[in-house]
Amino acid sequence: MTADLGFGMTLVALVLAVYGGAAAGVGARTGRAALVESAQHAALGVFVLITACFALLTYAFLTFDFSVRYVATNTNLGTPFYYRITGVWGALEGSIILWSWMLALYTMIVVLRHRSTARELYPWALATMLGILAFFLLVMTVAAPPFQRHTPVPADGRGLNPLLEDTGMITHPVALYLGFTGFTVPFAFAMAALATGRVGDAWLALTRRWAIVAWYFLSLGLLIGGWWSYHVLGWGGYWAWDPVENAAFMPWLTGTAFLHSVMIQERRRMLKLWNISLVILTFGLTLFGTFLTRSGVIASVHSFTQGAIGILFLSFLALVLLTALGLVAWRWEVLRSQGDLDSVVSRESAFLLNNVLLVAAAFTVFFGTVFPLLSEAVRGVKVSVGAPFFNQVNVPLFLSLIFLMGVGPLIAWRRASLDNLARNFLWPVVLGVVAAAAAFVLGVRSSLAALAFAAAAFVLATIALDFGRATRARLRAGESLLPAMGGLVRRHNRRYGGFVVHLGILIIALGVTGSQAWSVQTEMTLRPGETAELVGYRVRFDGLTAVEESNHFKVVGAFTVSNGRVLGVLRPAKKFYPQEQSPIAYVDYRLGLKEDIYLVLGDFARDGRQATVKLQVNRLVSWIWIGGAVLTLGALLAILPDRRATA
Amino acid sequence: MSRLWRWLIPLATVPVLALLAYGFRANPRDTPSPLAGRPAPRFALATLDGAPLALEAHRGKVVVVNFWASWCYPACYEEAPVLERSWRAYRGRGVVVVGVDIQDKPEAAQKFVRDFGLTFPNAQDPTGTVSVDYGVYGVPETFFVDRQGRIRVKHVGAVTDDVFRETVDRLLAEAAKP
Repeated sequence: MTADLGFGMTLVALVLAVYGGAAAGVGARTGRAALVESAQHAALGVFVLITACFALLTYAFLTFDFSVRYVATNTNLGTPFYYRITGVWGALEGSIILWSWMLALYTMIVVLRHRSTARELYPWALATMLGILAFFLLVMTVAAPPFQRHTPVPADGRGLNPLLEDTGMITHPVALYLGFTGFTVPFAFAMAALATGRVGDAWLALTRRWAIVAWYFLSLGLLIGGWWSYHVLGWGGYWAWDPVENAAFMPWLTGTAFLHSVMIQERRRMLKLWNISLVILTFGLTLFGTFLTRSGVIASVHSFTQGAIGILFLSFLALVLLTALGLVAWRWEVLRSQGDLDSVVSRESAFLLNNVLLVAAAFTVFFGTVFPLLSEAVRGVKVSVGAPFFNQVNVPLFLSLIFLMGVGPLIAWRRASLDNLARNFLWPVVLGVVAAAAAFVLGVRSSLAALAFAAAAFVLATIALDFGRATRARLRAGESLLPAMGGLVRRHNRRYGGFVVHLGILIIALGVTGSQAWSVQTEMTLRPGETAELVGYRVRFDGLTAVEESNHFKVVGAFTVSNGRVLGVLRPAKKFYPQEQSPIAYVDYRLGLKEDIYLVLGDFARDGRQATVKLQVNRLVSWIWIGGAVLTLGALLAILPDRRATA
Repeated sequence: MSRLWRWLIPLATVPVLALLAYGFRANPRDTPSPLAGRPAPRFALATLDGAPLALEAHRGKVVVVNFWASWCYPACYEEAPVLERSWRAYRGRGVVVVGVDIQDKPEAAQKFVRDFGLTFPNAQDPTGTVSVDYGVYGVPETFFVDRQGRIRVKHVGAVTDDVFRETVDRLLAEAAKP
């Protein structure tokens, strides 16, 4: 019953989306406003129907309605309330619903915001968005139907993947998908620009804020994913260059490039072709990411199932890329640049270099991710390149990007004079060198870490210099200190939002550098009362206890941690789920600004007489999450309405 | 850039798409078993009805050993009707299907057998020794044993009608030859 109702609603939504997309397209071509209006109603209908589907599926989860196949596969009678809600998008079918729902939501916001402000571009953008929605609804009806009847109705379900029983399950997919789907809006307006031939600034102005929102959510999704990996998976890391992580990272890189190159088009009327291509590339990569994670083409720790869905996604990816790039070729003449690069030493070229580096990073990640396929196709052997390849290629790229982060915002447009360079960069360079020297004196022997610190000090100094100078100018105009600073940030929110985001990235980079360079670990088998030692920490094994939870059985180890004085008891555990073949580790940790103490329970004797424990001291990891908070502040600041336009 | 050249931009994506399409050719589910070609480990269990069930008793027949569990949802639920159907079709031609239920409660297992109306012998592996002998990673896994008692094919995931028919027909055909 539930299954039939849900399936019926999906089908109606699909029909509406197809109709709406076609109506908006025809309306845009012929200029018939009534058709576009009808498409808007269709969009509203699609939104309402998908919302209803989502609510219905959630209801089925909450009431243990095992007559729906998807519910029976992803929950059981022991699943706690919270995970019955997050379990809705815990697997393929439900994640596609969440995805479609967000896309429909964005479509509604586009209708509400741009209906009357962008008369030429809007109908085409609406047609594009409804077309993409139609694709996802097609997936929901044929390839991965969440509403499928199931007989005989099992007495109990299989249960959620235990690794997904984490509080991050509510934020991580939501943020990531908001990021992924968010890039649909700039893409839709880019398609509108190509269709109408209005490839000037209008579509950029309309989508700039959208791009920042999408970029921000993608960043947040990546960071929460890192946090999940760090505190759930129990290997002490937050990033593994896993194909699924790469899938989200590639559009982040090209999206970042787009956010920067937009500014050159706004200022100098250059890079029209480049900007359109970046948007197409970014959207294509979000689809590619979904394809990668949902098709099983490349093995990964968290790839879902395989089947018809892969072929469907690949066909859609082909359709999108060929259409979009075909339009680019068609509009070639108007996309050609008007401005020219005046000098190599200018803000334009700094931004250009930033773009080249970001796209190069995206390309290496892409290459490394599909390398197993490539090697199998060429040599017949599946070979993965793994983390060493990614690190080796990307670390220099990222270091250069951080350096450019200091150069870009301060260097002059068009042509930077020696005077301009000295005025802006003399002190930051000096500070960078001092930071490297200080790091060396303090005992940092990793040249990579020293370089990272130097670059960070340099960027920090440029930000401080710029902000200090602008504040001083306001002070001279008679304002007092705090209102001067506040007013500055409010009036130039986009610029200072950008600075704060840079600051956040810088803090994250320091956390990554520190944790890579200085984390230490050891593994020991202990009897009760024995201790393990690592860099001044003593960990005493106190014993094992067994706990029966609603849907699993848990063996908990108690370890007293001290460094001269007792810091507390950590309780890492192993969780045994009946539906899983191997136990799931449950990490316990104590976070600190300087270092985290991180314990993973290994094998143990059933009688509790001994247990193996992995003890890690991870340096500076917390700064990654702090950087995420700073980045959030900056992104918020940057998307505030632009005061300069109205004031 | 001349008029024709610009059309190379969209065409440049074709090799990448072709590479991705190639990915469908490979099947990550093909798990080679180290046991393939080796004699199937012996076992002697009791069926859920209490009758003895030993692999040796079926020497000379093609034996399909299927590892399952009542909590193994949905794969075991998908393949149970397939196994029953195939067993009925092939039982007259020297083929036996044997179910081994692992890590399960007897009541749940009996309910599973009743719900799907399974008529081929099903036994519980209470100590887990049989699944260890066969190197079972997860359920369902199915081992196809030829008339000489050697494991020939290991199938991971739900058995489909096609997989069953093709594998068993092949084993029957080669056994017919001297």
